[in-house]
Amino acid sequence: MMFQSVLFYVFAAMMLGAALGVVFSRNPVHAVMFLVLTFFQSAVLWLMVEVEFLAIVLVLVYVGAVMVLFLFVVMMLDVNIEAAKRGLTRYAPFGIAVALVMVIQLVQLIWARGQGVTSTGGFVATPEGYSNTKALGAVLYTEHVYAFEIAAVILLLAIVAAITLTMRKRPGLKLQNIAEQVAVQAKDRIRVVKMATEKKQ
Amino acid sequence: MYGYYLTIVLAPLAAAIIAGLAGKQIGRAGAHWVTIIGVGTSCALSFVVLKNMFWGGAGPENIAVYTWAVVDGLHMGIGFLVDRLTALMMCVVTFVSLMVHVYTVGYMREDPGYQRFFSYIALFTFAMLMLVMSNNFLQLFFGWEAVGLVSYLLIGFWFKKESAIFANLKAFLVNRVGDFGFILGIAGIVTFTGSLDYAEVFASAEQVAAQNIEVFAGTPWNAMTVICILLFIGAMGKSAQAPLHVWLPDSMEGPTPISALIHAATMVTAGIFMVARMSPLFELSTTALAVVIVIGSITAFFMGLLSIVQNDIKRVIAYSTLSQLGYMTVALGASAYSAAIFHLMTHAFFKALLFLAAGAVIIALHHEQDIRKMGGIRKYMPITYWTALVGSLALIGFPGSSGFFSKDLLIEAVRESHWQGQGAVYWIAYLSVLLGVFVTALYTFRLFFLVFHGKERMDAEARAHLHETPPVVTVPLILLAIPAAIIGWYTVGPVLFGDYFGDAIFVSESHDVIGRMAGAWHGSLVLLTHSVQTSVFWLAAAGVLSAWFLYLKRPDIPEKIKNRVTGLYDLLDHKYYFDDLWIKGFAAGGRSIGQFFWKKGDELIIDGLLVNGTARTVGRLAGVLRQIQTGYLYTYAFSMFIGLTALLGWLVWLR
Amino acid sequence: MIGLEHYLTLAAMLFVLSIAGIIVNRRNLILLLMCIELMLLAVNFNFVAFSRFHGDETGQVFVFFILTVAAAESAIGLAILVVLFRNKRSIAVQELNTLKG
Repeated sequence: MMFQSVLFYVFAAMMLGAALGVVFSRNPVHAVMFLVLTFFQSAVLWLMVEVEFLAIVLVLVYVGAVMVLFLFVVMMLDVNIEAAKRGLTRYAPFGIAVALVMVIQLVQLIWARGQGVTSTGGFVATPEGYSNTKALGAVLYTEHVYAFEIAAVILLLAIVAAITLTMRKRPGLKLQNIAEQVAVQAKDRIRVVKMATEKKQ
Repeated sequence: MYGYYLTIVLAPLAAAIIAGLAGKQIGRAGAHWVTIIGVGTSCALSFVVLKNMFWGGAGPENIAVYTWAVVDGLHMGIGFLVDRLTALMMCVVTFVSLMVHVYTVGYMREDPGYQRFFSYIALFTFAMLMLVMSNNFLQLFFGWEAVGLVSYLLIGFWFKKESAIFANLKAFLVNRVGDFGFILGIAGIVTFTGSLDYAEVFASAEQVAAQNIEVFAGTPWNAMTVICILLFIGAMGKSAQAPLHVWLPDSMEGPTPISALIHAATMVTAGIFMVARMSPLFELSTTALAVVIVIGSITAFFMGLLSIVQNDIKRVIAYSTLSQLGYMTVALGASAYSAAIFHLMTHAFFKALLFLAAGAVIIALHHEQDIRKMGGIRKYMPITYWTALVGSLALIGFPGSSGFFSKDLLIEAVRESHWQGQGAVYWIAYLSVLLGVFVTALYTFRLFFLVFHGKERMDAEARAHLHETPPVVTVPLILLAIPAAIIGWYTVGPVLFGDYFGDAIFVSESHDVIGRMAGAWHGSLVLLTHSVQTSVFWLAAAGVLSAWFLYLKRPDIPEKIKNRVTGLYDLLDHKYYFDDLWIKGFAAGGRSIGQFFWKKGDELIIDGLLVNGTARTVGRLAGVLRQIQTGYLYTYAFSMFIGLTALLGWLVWLR
Repeated sequence: MIGLEHYLTLAAMLFVLSIAGIIVNRRNLILLLMCIELMLLAVNFNFVAFSRFHGDETGQVFVFFILTVAAAESAIGLAILVVLFRNKRSIAVQELNTLKG
């Protein structure tokens, strides 16, 4: 138990450190890297409470897809870092002050004001032979299948939206239109003109 | 008789609608034929009704035609009350109207608004008949306003003339003042009796007279007095009694047939008729009668004086009309209602005659109205001359003429009235009507001599074209001259003393001056033979002689008098400054109040502060709030977080 | 013994940190998007913790959906960002004030 506690604190500290890195790093590429680290740490912390499936999904989907997308965009856009960085310190003290007030409030809420709701205590022990993936799937495909379908549609929507937004037609691009090529007829190409014969001048 | 009454009323209306709406289709001749036929039918049927009343012994009829609305027990309907008073009025109205219709054919021959004119006068006849035949106050008010509307339309008939527009607006506004009183009076009647019907109102008149009304808290007034005075204010407006008389002289801007029909013979007498019709109410309030008689006296005498200094032929007659209306009002105030109505009837004939004669002169002189540019017309227009002489003699009360009987007996009635021995009121009334006789004779014959006798002062061109007017003009003159001359002789006995009116006019026992005079009545002939002994005759004679001396014999004297007493002349020339009082005082005051409310109330407070002020406040507030709307995402996010923090703070620490 | 409260506290800290990130990195749209991802992660932490605390898998189903929506959101967000950059040659937030009243 002690060992697990130590591990929790270590990973939590690493995660918060990585999050701090996301927030305060001057280089966007570094920030994305710190974000990747944050997601990794949280995946680990989720593994510690036996939420294996989601932890794996987090790594696969987030780190593997979304974060790569972020990195891709950051590198592609080649943002002027100096310009983006400016103004960082000017509002920082106020932002940090608000953040501190909020964290105090939240922590106080969690530790001292558990009115009616027990917010302290251990987790439920899982039975023998318990498979998180199986249990989740059993719920997902039965009880929440409707929501699941909607999630699929949302993803499709995201694909369509992203493509619609970013796709553009470049001017001067030469393209083949097969249908038009097939449908073309002789009279579209040649014009027969009837005229009187002209005399030699 | 029901069908008769409906036809009498609706025939002129139908004619007016046809002439007015289909004027272009039926043409000029069609317009005058359709209206003359309409009014002629009405006139003929009216005489049938009168005949049935007078010789056939038919009693009064009270017919409900149509119920318009019933609101909370208040019955509003249309109905006819035809008694002898009504029958007489119907005949006067339709007869004069018919004469004017015929006359107009000649007078308006070249006017582009020919059909419109005929439509209006036929409509007027309808409205006037509705007024006199009404059996309830609502219909009375309808007729009252309808004749006012037609009067307005006709005064401004030549609507391109600036002065005509001013005059018709003036007439309309002054009449509104009177109508305001009138409708308040009707409201008072409804309040106290809960009915609009004459019969019901008269039946409960005694109860009303026993009640008090507190218009101003703490000063109870007799309800009947208040109602009667309010009704009389309406009559003052319509019958042009001082100080609401100012519109009538200006109404002469309208075509002359209108001056004859509306502003001399019929509409202006509506007030007299109304008071006579309301005699059961007025008899119950001595105070109201005192008001009536004093107002009438003032009008009778002072308006007559004004007539002497006027130079416009129509205005002279207009002031004369005012003066004669004053006479009728005095008679009303003296409870001699039948004398008032009798004078109304004779006046309708001879004043219409005078106006039409004046109109004939005006058209003969190509719309020249200034009597200083006339004179000696006698030999050019003999028919007009003789008919105008008949009218003038009737107006001054020459023995034997219709005016003689009506005016002489009217003055007699005032002298014998219940006001005798009542101090100031009596003497004001009596002296006014008596001296008025002299004044009447003076101005009437001043006009007559200046127009028809003496030097020919018109320019040569006008003289060259001067000739007698066509038959459509002269025939009505002759037809009106006949009753103006002789009607008094035949009717005075039965109408005044023969209890002709019966129940139509109610006079209380102590006020019944006509009843007392009936005892001394020995027929028209006796009155005629004794006329030379009366002061009235000698006053009239003196007036005629003065006019002859001043305007024919020594035309230089009036000028000298004018220069000698400039103050008095100015006062008369400015019509006692009544116009200034109304226009500069009330109208200008009203306008400046309106200006004040417009500028300060409407533009500053409502528009400025409330409407635009609200918008400006919102705008300024928005200007401040707009600073928060930076358009930057982080500002919104940040304020959201601050809000979240505050909410959490409240949840965690304060709750 | 690590319990619910530890996880909740950790999630709260992560959440507040991402808020601070939004306020501090107010110039860079990409960083804002990343902070939003962090925020969602903090929320997911809470779901996971409560799900395990109650022994109910529904919480994890929730996380699953949030992950889905977050992926869609970041895909669209990045697409918008790309279009924006293409049009304005910049992703600086201070230049995105065309909605200003």
